[in-house]
Amino acid sequence: MQTLDQELHFQSRIDNEEKIEPRDWMPEAYRHTLVRQISQHAHSEVVGMLPEGNWITRAPSLKRKLALLAKVQDEAGHGLYLYAACETLGVERADLIDQLLSGKAKYSSIFNYPTLTWADMGAIGWLVDGAAIMNQVPLCRCSYGPYARAMVRVCKEESFHQRQGYEILLTLCRGTAVQKEMAQDALNRWWWPSLMMFGPNDSDSEHSEQSMKWKIKRISNDDLRQKFVDITVPQAEYLGLTVPDKDLKYNEETGHYEFGKINWDEFWQVVKGHGPCNRERMEARIKAHEDGAWVREAAMAYSEKQKSKNQKVA
Amino acid sequence: MSMEINKRNFVFEWADNVLILGQRLGEWCGHGPVLEQDIALINTSLDLIGEARNLYQYLSMHEGGSEDDFALVRYENEYRNLLLVEQANGHWGVTIMRQLMFDIYHYYFLDWMSHYSRDEELKSIAAKSLKETKYHLKFSSEWTKRLGDGTQESHQKMQEAVDQLYPYFNECFQMSEADQWAFDHGVGPDLYELEPLATQLLKETLIEATLKWETPQYPKLGGKHGKHSEQMGYILAEMQYMQRAYPNMQW
Amino acid sequence: MKDWPLYEIFIRSKNGLSHKHVGSLHAADAEMAIENARDVYTRRMEGVSIWVVDSREITASNPAEQDALFDPAESKIYRHPTFYDVPEEVRHM
Repeated sequence: MQTLDQELHFQSRIDNEEKIEPRDWMPEAYRHTLVRQISQHAHSEVVGMLPEGNWITRAPSLKRKLALLAKVQDEAGHGLYLYAACETLGVERADLIDQLLSGKAKYSSIFNYPTLTWADMGAIGWLVDGAAIMNQVPLCRCSYGPYARAMVRVCKEESFHQRQGYEILLTLCRGTAVQKEMAQDALNRWWWPSLMMFGPNDSDSEHSEQSMKWKIKRISNDDLRQKFVDITVPQAEYLGLTVPDKDLKYNEETGHYEFGKINWDEFWQVVKGHGPCNRERMEARIKAHEDGAWVREAAMAYSEKQKSKNQKVA
Repeated sequence: MSMEINKRNFVFEWADNVLILGQRLGEWCGHGPVLEQDIALINTSLDLIGEARNLYQYLSMHEGGSEDDFALVRYENEYRNLLLVEQANGHWGVTIMRQLMFDIYHYYFLDWMSHYSRDEELKSIAAKSLKETKYHLKFSSEWTKRLGDGTQESHQKMQEAVDQLYPYFNECFQMSEADQWAFDHGVGPDLYELEPLATQLLKETLIEATLKWETPQYPKLGGKHGKHSEQMGYILAEMQYMQRAYPNMQW
Repeated sequence: MKDWPLYEIFIRSKNGLSHKHVGSLHAADAEMAIENARDVYTRRMEGVSIWVVDSREITASNPAEQDALFDPAESKIYRHPTFYDVPEEVRHM
């Protein structure tokens, strides 16, 4: 009975747009949903460093190399903010990382696609970060305080990412035929996976309804996807590139673009671990974690030695 | 109008050092032992490549051509960086030790440049980078102590790193023809004068980290004259890939 | 081994302002926490001074006691300057 009262009170706080803070009472399912979503988000940032990290050593100019380094560094920072937000819910980062490395936790499937050319750095910035921003802006108003605050920080920093991506493509599209072809090829490969980033159709999305009620999620998958298409298609046109969807057309009446059917089989296949790079991404993370173990241990051992030295002196 | 060849080489030595080390650190991106250190190491990489850019821009202002022409399309034997900075990342301890040795040399070099160089432009580039380098040195010294005096395993790994890299330290202080020219014209320091200071600091740090060293009988030299280790070709193969595969394009 | 301890990070964005909580991070000790905070939280020149506090050292009030702790202040309107009438002519007070 008491729990029921608490739950009603909790929901009314949410309905009144109050923020929930770490030590407030919350339903177990709310906590659980947040841990799953925030940690997934954090994992995505960290795994997301790999496809772009792949081009740091090969960036075509020093200016681009610096921008790419800074961007991937931001992603590490975002992963860190998000893990920290998640830790306010009483889980430790070490446990979250174990879940990632054991394959129990998921991360955004988009990072299981390979980065094959320099133009992919442009396409990721423009499309993948563009889609991410669209997902993330509403999260700045999410009901859980630490998550919302982390997202405010993330969104503030993200703004340069999409621009740097678009600028890379713009440069290619104004360049030689080979460069323009490279840009078109990147769009061809990244367009559909980017649309998949918004998740399954609302009718098939298992967590959506409850998350909307708790104001963890504010806008539905399909609405966000539509918004993304509406904003992005004219940007592709400006580049002089062709969106790889023969069913794409503008509907004068609704003011929206209609687009073709998403290949959900491919989506689920990648989610289940059979994408082009799932294996490589996990191997890289596991290797980094294992190779780093002695470093983490040594730093801790040193710190303890220093502490006991200081105590002796005192 | 072309710059005195020795001056040009003096700037190349400096610029190539920070470019190649920045490039090496960039390889760590996404593979560090803990997220916080990934971020830290990228900061250093950003600083070093930023410094390299300032120097290549200096060359391009005086010689024409773009910074990327200088940085990314020379032949291997035209790069004048120290052998030390091109050594492979190895494990985290090797990266830290390479960083410590370079930071110490770099610190004293920049300190001199920012106070005494008669070339005002180089002097101001040095002054900006000196601030960054002080932080790099703090970072690599702290980590050397942590790992040297951490666990038995970390101590052993760090000792191996010292043994592996110490023979490369000496090259920092060899006066090439270009260094000699720079010194004679008040542009650059007398490296022999910096050596005792730098060696002293390195040794103090190693002692604090409970590490030993042996003065190498056969220092490894060559980078300043364009004679590199086998690793250099692979660094350039990656770094120059785009410029070589797609020449004369804007990116 | 589990994680390094968690530290809470406070940054003074410029002199004249107080330190503000910006987030947390892991570090083996306080020294490293400051280094990490510099790299993580001041990448865009956000600060001039950093405080780090071991998260375990923070004692927090209990949210269940929120009413008892904070609601009484609601009735203490005499703490707020607008409670007092000052004649229009007396400006800038």
